[in-house]
Amino acid sequence: MGRYILRRLISAIPVLLGISVIVFAIMAMIPGDPALAILGSYATPENVAELNRDLGLDKPLVQRYFVWLGNLLQGDLGRSFNLNRPVLDEVLERFNATLILAGTAFVLCSILGIAAGVMSAARQYGLADKAITFAVLLGISIPSFFLGMMMILIFAVNLRWFPVSGMWPIYGTRDIWALIDHLTMPALALSVVATGVIARLSRSAMLEVLRQDFIRTARSKGVHERGIVWRHALRAAMVSIIPVLGIQAGFVLSGAVYIERVFQWPGIGQMLVDAILRRDLLLVQGGVVFVAACYVLFNIIVDVAQSLLDPRIKT
Amino acid sequence: MTLLSMTRRALLAAVAASALALGAGPTVAQTPPGVLIVGQVAEPQALDPHAVTAVNDFRILMNVYDGLVRYAPGTLEVEPALATDWTVSEDGTVYTFDLRDDVTFHDGSAFDAEAVVFNFERMLNEDHPYHDTGPFPLSFFFSAVETVEAVDDLTVRFTLNAPYAPFLSNLAYPTGLIVSPDAVRAHGEDFGRNPSGTGAFVFEEWRANEAVVVTGNPDYWGGAPALEAVVFRPITDANTRVAEMLSGGIDLMVEVPPVSLSEFQGDTFNVAEQAGPHVWFLILNALEGPFTDVRVRQAANYAVNKEQIVNDVLEGTAAVAAGPTPPAFAWAYNDDLDPYPYDPDRARELLAEAGVETPEITFYVTEGGSGMLDPVAMGTAIQADLEAVGFDVTIETYEWNTFLGRVNPGLEGEADMAEMAWMTNDPDTLPYLALRTDAWPDEGGFNSGYYSNPRVDELLEEARTATDQDRRAELYREMQEIVHEDAPWVFVANWVQNAVTSDRVENFALEPSFFLLLHDVVKN
Repeated sequence: MGRYILRRLISAIPVLLGISVIVFAIMAMIPGDPALAILGSYATPENVAELNRDLGLDKPLVQRYFVWLGNLLQGDLGRSFNLNRPVLDEVLERFNATLILAGTAFVLCSILGIAAGVMSAARQYGLADKAITFAVLLGISIPSFFLGMMMILIFAVNLRWFPVSGMWPIYGTRDIWALIDHLTMPALALSVVATGVIARLSRSAMLEVLRQDFIRTARSKGVHERGIVWRHALRAAMVSIIPVLGIQAGFVLSGAVYIERVFQWPGIGQMLVDAILRRDLLLVQGGVVFVAACYVLFNIIVDVAQSLLDPRIKT
Repeated sequence: MTLLSMTRRALLAAVAASALALGAGPTVAQTPPGVLIVGQVAEPQALDPHAVTAVNDFRILMNVYDGLVRYAPGTLEVEPALATDWTVSEDGTVYTFDLRDDVTFHDGSAFDAEAVVFNFERMLNEDHPYHDTGPFPLSFFFSAVETVEAVDDLTVRFTLNAPYAPFLSNLAYPTGLIVSPDAVRAHGEDFGRNPSGTGAFVFEEWRANEAVVVTGNPDYWGGAPALEAVVFRPITDANTRVAEMLSGGIDLMVEVPPVSLSEFQGDTFNVAEQAGPHVWFLILNALEGPFTDVRVRQAANYAVNKEQIVNDVLEGTAAVAAGPTPPAFAWAYNDDLDPYPYDPDRARELLAEAGVETPEITFYVTEGGSGMLDPVAMGTAIQADLEAVGFDVTIETYEWNTFLGRVNPGLEGEADMAEMAWMTNDPDTLPYLALRTDAWPDEGGFNSGYYSNPRVDELLEEARTATDQDRRAELYREMQEIVHEDAPWVFVANWVQNAVTSDRVENFALEPSFFLLLHDVVKN
């Protein structure tokens, strides 16, 4: 197992290098450069050239890439032009916020999705199944940013149950309750679509398993129906549910971009959008490579978890 | 039915958990009195006035720093600030300022002539030990400065390489604000996150992506401000900003989207409006294609229904522009100029006279950008108006940075017409950079439509070097008349900036400079 993990980690290196080259190339190819974005209407060729020189952007692209890579290996992601602070500080702070939001949404959608799927499958075509299937279809069909805006309108502007936006209160203590207060709406809005997808796939995975011989054997041995569904069947179904969770984690993370904007959540998705619009090269590069590294790492974890659950999957 | 009882239990648990979450939150607290919470459009880049270019950042900076001079309230005319008075030499190249003797920076160090010298040397002199705390993208505002020297403790002298009349307005611009040399020395390149000035508010804390907090300066030389503190919150999404305002999460919001203004009718909110030194126009390519003929350019001006654009597309958040100079520059504005009326018949006549019945036009439109208002909707309305009189208009839309990259090098071989907007601090800036023959793109200027009129060149050169303001005003007025007639642009709109405050906020007014000045604001 240890060697398997190590092998997977090593194989991630070319992936990350490839991503960094692609990001570098894309940012170099899109029109408009940082100096233009900073100077706006004052961007005379002369001013642009001078500012590019000050920003160190007058050097050839390949040279800039290797300087950047060399610094990266020493843990230095450079300084953001626009925010006047080290890229790493900004990325870590922002990623922390995204992790709280996406992590909560992911836990929510995993629990709710699997529970709904199992309950549906346990009473196929029953009332609960129909109700859940309907709710799931509705959830999948509503774009999360729209749901977020509607939630703000109803629960923040009209009912005033929750604050409209932000992660912390501007005044008052910053404790777990203040965080939950700010987190509830964005995390719910973010989890809805993934909950639906997970519920549908859990349902079919469960139905598949419930038809198998060992379930019939368990029933004939007199195992309690609840035990059959939640212990025997679910465990077997998890083998096909877990990869779906892995993929949904990716969707939740990318869906966070919209939700962060709607709820002004200070996360990394919003940071990347702003950085791209301002052509903040180092921030885009550092941010994308960091997110990609987390994504790769998460996939490794999912694969490892799957092989632990199902010994048939070769390590 | 064990499964059902299980679901019921799960449901109960879920309800209990959400009730806990609901009940636990403090819900929406009323914002405290004396503390003004401002909804900004973005996170500031830095709080170093010499390093930033965005109006969003200026809104904070103008309250933390002072310049040698400033705009008098409600105008764009220069009045004393950190300098009590000044003299200008006969030839307009030497400016000598007397400084206030009762000012200290927030970090406790004294404000004196040496501090002023440090500020300008840091920006302009590449050998200055703190020049590398930049870059300073707008330092060219002071490129005319040859030397700056401390004559004595409280006298500072600028020598310019040529007479340059906009120098005083440029000093009133945020790029001319004075920072504490001690703080720059102490924090180096992190000064932008540890600012220290002389202004009415003292920087307290910057919580990244959450808020910038400043507190009232009890020792402010202009008198302590009424507010205890101001919190600037970045809220990028306009709808979210509106929702925060409606729910009481913020007390003041700037740049209200036109469609949301109706939400704020009524007693609980006040809407402030102010036209600024902004002009939104269409650059016409006078070098090639149909717009080489002045009659076709005038036809375009007659054809576009500007009233409809400002009232319907922009919902009254702009006024119809008459010429190249915005009326906010009251002292230099030519009141006799009327906007081209909406007259499609006259436009058709002019096209017929010019012998072009259906001229084909490529029109560059941007998706959005600084001061561009609602460029896509405006572009579409303009296209419809032009097509109604016979033009055949093809729109090409570009993202802002890409757009600038295509327009600034000149429209030759690319397009016949392009949207553009400028916000400036002196009547000199825009025409000097965008209407002179020497400002064609290959000369490093912004005259992307290649307009050229020797008389306009002459007037602008003289206005820049004249030291007498009345003489300058005369020259600008004549320039506006000629440019209005030559129609190198379609003059469309002057932006009327808006802000909404809650009914707890008093004494708030927007400035023509578009700066946000909070010294006198009260919050109950």
